[in-house]
This record gives sequence, structure tokens and C-alpha cells, in this order.
Amino acid sequence: MSAATEPRAVPTRVVVAALIRKDLRLELRTRESVPAMLLFSVSTFVLFHFGLDARSLEGDLAAGVLWVTLLFASVLAINRLFVAEREEGGFDGFLLAPVDRTALFLAKATVLFSFLVVLELAAVPAFAVLLLAPPGLPGLLELCALLLLADVGIAVVGTLVGALAVQTRARDLIVPLLALPLMIPVVIAAARGTAPLWLEAGAEPMPGRWPAILGLYDLVFGLLAYAVFDYLLDE
Amino acid sequence: MPPAESPTSTGARPGGWAAAGAAGEPAPAVELRDLSRAYGERVALAGVTLTLPRGATLAVFGANGAGKTTLLRILATLLSPHAGTARVLGCELPRDGWAVRGRVGLLAHEPLLYRELSGRENLRFHARLHGVGAARVEALLEAVGMTRRADEPLRTLSRGMAQRIAICRAVLHSPELLLLDEPLANLDPGAAGAVEPLIGAGSGAARVLISHDVEHGLEEADVVLGLRGGRQALLARAGELDAAALRELYA
Repeated sequence: MSAATEPRAVPTRVVVAALIRKDLRLELRTRESVPAMLLFSVSTFVLFHFGLDARSLEGDLAAGVLWVTLLFASVLAINRLFVAEREEGGFDGFLLAPVDRTALFLAKATVLFSFLVVLELAAVPAFAVLLLAPPGLPGLLELCALLLLADVGIAVVGTLVGALAVQTRARDLIVPLLALPLMIPVVIAAARGTAPLWLEAGAEPMPGRWPAILGLYDLVFGLLAYAVFDYLLDE
Repeated sequence: MPPAESPTSTGARPGGWAAAGAAGEPAPAVELRDLSRAYGERVALAGVTLTLPRGATLAVFGANGAGKTTLLRILATLLSPHAGTARVLGCELPRDGWAVRGRVGLLAHEPLLYRELSGRENLRFHARLHGVGAARVEALLEAVGMTRRADEPLRTLSRGMAQRIAICRAVLHSPELLLLDEPLANLDPGAAGAVEPLIGAGSGAARVLISHDVEHGLEEADVVLGLRGGRQALLARAGELDAAALRELYA
């Protein structure tokens, strides 16, 4: 084979699928991330339930409690997102393959997104039962849309921060220090968008600007993370 | 097979820089010229110059911290040189690193495998990254005698068994250049014999072999590189050296 020979390029979608399958399999075996996130969230809701000395929450306060809790829970998964790659040689194994390096970003962001969705499937109903004043989950469709948009933003920024932090010795400190400030727009938009759905007097329509802001955030940080991720894998 | 450049005896460096890939000939497997690399202030590798033809074996000797692993990681495109030139399979590093990946097989100290996945799952994962079919995975597991234990999590296997799986990973994509760091570590004689066709001279690939077993390394090598404190202390044809000269590197 000469120098001009092209490497056997593997399609990015195949690489992303292989990485996702591997990560989900590892999570099913180790149960390190999702159970921890769920336990943290439910414990926090229980503490709020008793600590606020309020029988139930509504409006801004309910939305704030939910989104801050979900955000802190996401930090647990971000902390562990690249640990297997770092500690078991996954980075080297990946970098030795003739693949587009951004496949790792796409796969990790998708995995983190799926962890968040699984978490919310259990944590949001638990929140409604433990803390929410209006019975059930009013405005469920709008809430789901907002959750998905926020999850994309958390997954994108979380993947970027996780890849950066895992190269450092102070990973557990770096992740919250970097991720939480970067995710402030997500909390603001998601909480403001959710609050009208949970008014004690009855649900009001969600202002369209909050989902739009979340969508814009996802787009901007998605492009930014996609552009810089390759450099994070260098040495 | 002799080196393309005629290396001089202990302590000297080859004088010329062989032209890569003369017309009609494949470029050498490895061409290094004054290759250097540092970690902060500490120089890990300095002024390494050599040429390794296709199909030949370079044995690298040196005490701990001599720069052997750094050299291997540069050739694998996992580290960039800080000075000098490194060409692997005719591609200049790090510029053409993308063209080298997938043509090099690295067997490092660490197996580069996930402990919670089975050997088969690990190999199938890496096979997908390299665009290799599952049949190749099964053939390799069979070749190293690991078919029966292939579905057990890696963490439950002995070091020797994990090493056999790691060897399968390194050769999964039939690399043209094998980078082997103590490949027979933890292997019993039977297992060492089983992996010989995959990583031995008969594999057909050029090889860069790190070994502390001086006799075995000399036996395997066409060219010998000795490193001391990151510097090239010795470069010679294997036939020109005896084990005693190499042991001085460890003194």
C-alpha cells in the first residue's frame, strides 16, 4: 500500500451507532449513571417536600425546583460520561481507528440525552406526586417538548465539558464549575417556560419565546461543540 | 531483512535520510529523522533517526523511562513529535495521521479494552470502528483459543487471557505496521505459540517491538534500537550485536 492509499473510512453513522451501543451496554452492566441520577432527584424532591414546609408547589417555585434538580442530576452523568474512555483506554482505541473523531461527540451527546430522558420518565412523575400543587401534570405535551429541548442543550454542553474535565485530575470539581454556568440559560428558559403550566389557578399557555430560546441555545452550542470537540481529543 | 539505511554500530547514527518510496517501491514502514518529544521540561525522546523497511522488525530496548513507549505512541499517531520528522507507511506525522490510522495495530501496556464487556463484545466493537466483519472476530478468537471464554466479562479473565484478546484487537484490521509493547507479557508458552502467526515475523507486517527479554528481542529483530534517557544510544543490525551489548542499556 502506498502513501497515497486512502484509509478504509468507516461511515460516521456506523461509528456513532457502535459507540452508543457500547455505552448503553456498559450502563446496563454497571448501572453507574442513571440509577444515581434518579436516586439523587427523588431524594432532592423528598427533601424539598419536607424542607420547604409547603404541602405543594406551583408556578415559578415548582418549575425552579424541578429544573435545578434535573440539572444537578445531569452533572452526575456528565462526570462519568468519559471515565471508561479515560481509565480503560477507550480514547486510544477510538483514536487508532480510521473514523471521524466527531462521531465520539455525537455518540456521547446521544447517550447523555437518552440518560436524561430515562431519568425524566421517572423523576418528573415523582416530582408531580411529591410536590406539584395542580393534580397530575397539566400541560404535559408542552412540558415534554420543553424537556426534550432542554435535554439537547444539557447533552451538548455536558458532553463538551465532560470531555474537557476528564483530562484533568479535578474532574469532579471541573464539571459543575464549567457546566452549571454554561447551562444557566437552559434553566432560565426551561423554568420560565414551565411555570405558566403549573399555576394553581390553572394552566396558562406557554410563551413561545422560551422554547425558541432553548432551540437557539441547542443550535449555537451544538455547532460550537461540534467544531471544537476534535481539539479536545488531541493528546 | 536489513534496514534500508546501513546503521552504524553502537553509539552512532546512520548518516543519510533515505528517500521515501522511490519510484515503484513502497515507502518504508517507518522513517524517523531527529525525532524528539518532550513532556513539559522533561525530554522523553531526542534525535532518533532510523529507517525500517516493509516487513522488517525493529526491536527497541531501553530501561524504564528510556522513551520506548513515547516512540510507540508517536508511531501510532497518539502523540505528536515536537521536533524532527516521522513518516509511517509513507505518511508524514502528524499531518497525515488520518491516513495512517487503520493501517497500524497497537498492542500497548494497557489492553485498550472495556472491563465490563466480554472479549467478543470488545472485539466486535473495535471491528465496527475499523469496518471489519464479525467473521474476522470469530476467526481471531478461534486462533488464540479464546472462543470458549469469549462471552465472559474481561474483568473475570486472567491477564494472559486478556492479553490474547488485546492481541486480537491489535490485528483485527490486518495492519501493515504492528507496534508491540511486550506482546508476550503474561502469556504461557502455549498461548505465545498461538499468537505467533498473528504478531510474529510470519504475520507479514512490519513490526516495532518493545521487549525487555534481550535474547528474544534479538531473535525477532532485523534492526535494533537502543534508547538511553530518550536518546538513541545504539542502532544496528540484529546480527551485529550480542545480548551483552544490549544489557549495557539497562546498567
